[in-house]
Amino acid sequence: MTFNIDFLAWRKIAIIFSSIFLVVSIGSVIFKELNWGLDFTGGTLVELSYPEEANISVIRDTLINGGFEGAQVANFGSTREVLIKLPGTVSDSLGSEIVTLLGSNNADQIDLRRIEYVGPQIGSELRDDGGTAMLLALAFMMLYIAFRFQSMFAGAAVIALIHDVIIVVGIFSLIQIEFDLTVVAAVLAVIGYSLNDTIVVSDRIRENLRSAESDDTKDIINMSLNQTLGRTLITSLTTLLVLFSLFFLGGELIKNFALALIFGVVIGTYSSIYIAANALLIMGLNKDHLRVEEPENADDNPLP
Amino acid sequence: MRRYGIWKYLLILLVLGFGVVYSLPNLYAPDPAVQISYTSSSQSADSFLAERVEEVIKDQNISTTIQLEEDYVLIRTDTYQNQLKLKDLLSRSLVNDVVIALNLAPTTPKWLMDIGANPMKLGLDLRGGVHFLMQVDTETAIKNRQNGTLQDLRIRFREEKIRYNQAIVQGDSSILLQFNNLESKERAEEFINDNYTQFNLPLISNEINSLELSLSDIEIEQIESDAIDQNLTTLRNRVNELGVSEPIVQRQGKKRIVVQLPGIQDTAEAKNILGKTATLEFHLEAQMDTPRSRKTSYPYRNGLGAPAFLQDSIILGGDQVATAQASFDENGLPQVNITLDGEGGSMMHRATRGNIGKRLGVLFVEQKTRTVYERDIEGKQIPVQESYEVKEIISLATIRAALGTTFRITGLDSPSESSELALLLRAGALAAPMTFVEERTVGPSLGADNIQAGIFSMQLGLLLVLGFILFYYRIFGIAASLALTFNIVLLVAIMSILSATLTLPGIAGIVLTVGMAVDANVLIFSRIREELKRGREPLDAIDAGYNRAFLTIWDANVTTLIVAVILLSYGTGPVKGFAITLSIGIITSMFTAIMGTRAFVNLVYGSKKDLERISI
Repeated sequence: MTFNIDFLAWRKIAIIFSSIFLVVSIGSVIFKELNWGLDFTGGTLVELSYPEEANISVIRDTLINGGFEGAQVANFGSTREVLIKLPGTVSDSLGSEIVTLLGSNNADQIDLRRIEYVGPQIGSELRDDGGTAMLLALAFMMLYIAFRFQSMFAGAAVIALIHDVIIVVGIFSLIQIEFDLTVVAAVLAVIGYSLNDTIVVSDRIRENLRSAESDDTKDIINMSLNQTLGRTLITSLTTLLVLFSLFFLGGELIKNFALALIFGVVIGTYSSIYIAANALLIMGLNKDHLRVEEPENADDNPLP
Repeated sequence: MRRYGIWKYLLILLVLGFGVVYSLPNLYAPDPAVQISYTSSSQSADSFLAERVEEVIKDQNISTTIQLEEDYVLIRTDTYQNQLKLKDLLSRSLVNDVVIALNLAPTTPKWLMDIGANPMKLGLDLRGGVHFLMQVDTETAIKNRQNGTLQDLRIRFREEKIRYNQAIVQGDSSILLQFNNLESKERAEEFINDNYTQFNLPLISNEINSLELSLSDIEIEQIESDAIDQNLTTLRNRVNELGVSEPIVQRQGKKRIVVQLPGIQDTAEAKNILGKTATLEFHLEAQMDTPRSRKTSYPYRNGLGAPAFLQDSIILGGDQVATAQASFDENGLPQVNITLDGEGGSMMHRATRGNIGKRLGVLFVEQKTRTVYERDIEGKQIPVQESYEVKEIISLATIRAALGTTFRITGLDSPSESSELALLLRAGALAAPMTFVEERTVGPSLGADNIQAGIFSMQLGLLLVLGFILFYYRIFGIAASLALTFNIVLLVAIMSILSATLTLPGIAGIVLTVGMAVDANVLIFSRIREELKRGREPLDAIDAGYNRAFLTIWDANVTTLIVAVILLSYGTGPVKGFAITLSIGIITSMFTAIMGTRAFVNLVYGSKKDLERISI
């Protein structure tokens, strides 16, 4: 695949596009908030499986009449699976109580799939841990790139990463998909993935800046983006292939995880081209920035 | 002519062979099984037990094999329905000196087991079971310790003839002592300084004649970690009594304990036993002349009889019980036969010897938790777990003769209460009460569905990726496909050797690795194509492609690895499972995608001189 696309001609449009996305995402997170999953809110969740289609409203009424105030009932995955959410704590025998209550005439046929209870203090701790992990990841990334490349590359990469994380989280807020622990793991994986792309592009920009005759950083960046575009697309494609396979076949518990990564891969690919490269250009990267360092010519490396 | 050093081929073959052998055990599906062991941990399973089991199942139409293992008798069967049927049957037929647990028995061939090859462990989300996270209320442990010290101080002060007005444990767990005069206070201070090391020095004196004894940080830390250690031991004992195969009881963080019980469905029973802090205390009944400050009134547990006063000083507690067995007395009422350890026996003997004719009270002490609602700073109601203690008299009987190491306790409500009390006394008391802060139960059907979904998505993902790269890179695609497959084999082998636990997010991590591991090959192959386009000779282009792409691959993988390691150290449960497979996958993929494909490419093209075209 050979490309000759003038990516940077679109950079102003890209900036506007990204800005709108960022503002909408941040706005949504502030005003609509995230649909926090049980891991973070605390509470109780019971998943049941019925032999045939379950009648949600009957289940809800039975539960509320049975003393389970504030029970939320919804289908989960299929019409036979039912997810019940209860605020507050779990009693020792909650699961069997619910099964007995709902199945007074057909208790044998209701299958108790899972019960989860998360205490209030655990919820807020998990949230803090998730946030800390994300900040730590960003900080380490920045250090590593500054050490391996140059501080401008580190700045550009982190801008791209923050951009990706905000938009992925924003999408989850906008369409109100449940944000649980596995999604946090996915967002962190997005950081890793998006960085992959950014590094490959940055690596090529650095190489071309050192070897190319042209002094025009913009041309060099454009050239580098075109050279790496084939690889970027293929890797995104293979990753998306497995993610869609996870999304469709991996089961309900993995669905949101796969979804977060799907959004992340698409946005990460876009950001490595338009955000990271653009940031380098705006920060005024040029040949002189790389001259001070010892040249690291990949050709000299006898590996493997 | 490009040759790859022979040692590199040998290394790759060696790693490949190792990967295949050590991932092999995962292909053998485990048998549903039931395991039976004696309740008493000192008694290991014997052929007699195996015969009893055989006797029970021989007439049933269930296909089984009975094996005598070191600690238990294992009965393998073919289906999960039969497994449950067997458990049911056995628990109804065998006398109650055995523990019956469901298990998944590996079917790994002997030659693989001999070289230490075992299948991966499956997480609770894949095999079903229950996960508890319990928080230890260490404040209670500290308060209990201070109460004990206070008792001790009172006795020692009496011996030393130091007079005091008041001695209490305050809300913040410090001991407050009040004296009549400065002289007593100074003597007490000197005495405490000489005999006790656990307090913050100098002792605080808020009022002229008072002393406040607060524990030093080191001491508090020690009490906390002792409490957690004792709770861990107790929980392990209790879990053993429950009969669970491969349970996990582990400390997590400073004040928490994780308990994982694979295969357990009845969480109510498990929670009931694990969280119970019930124990016994033996007190003498208070006499008329006992001062109010040294006696307390307790109600009867069964509600019969008026509350009675017992002396505050404890003769001995449940921790001195060596064994306890539930049984019935002559009248068919439930009782618990207790044997004390040597020290407990002599303490009991000493205390009862001089008090014949008086009454001995047995207190049933239980620490319970309840949820209370408090207002936070913003005025929102937040639920807070609070623990409180219930102390009730279960028997108050006249001492007819000095008691020794064995005696029995009556006055219990039901046979289930007596067997529960016996179990709790055997397993030991918890040093501090615990609250359940997290509980996750996965039913067996969901576990089975999760495995199936995980495997399906992995197969499809792999198939799609392999199909695409074969189509896109042809001969080089074969190299990449082999490397990718090899990578999964290696990943599974390493997971098995580390006996890491595979969870559903872990499978997702493997699937994601499949998608991302191709990246290294895509980078190399794109580079080779570029070099070819620049007019390089094919073999030179291959060389340049591999060399130039290496650093990029390295950087890209190291950064992903950093993320994975952060996930590993900060994550819990699902996040950890994902991080483990992702980290191992990244490391193995570097090896397979670079060295593995290079070896293959050199094998195909390396020996050809004047190579004109390569299929990429």
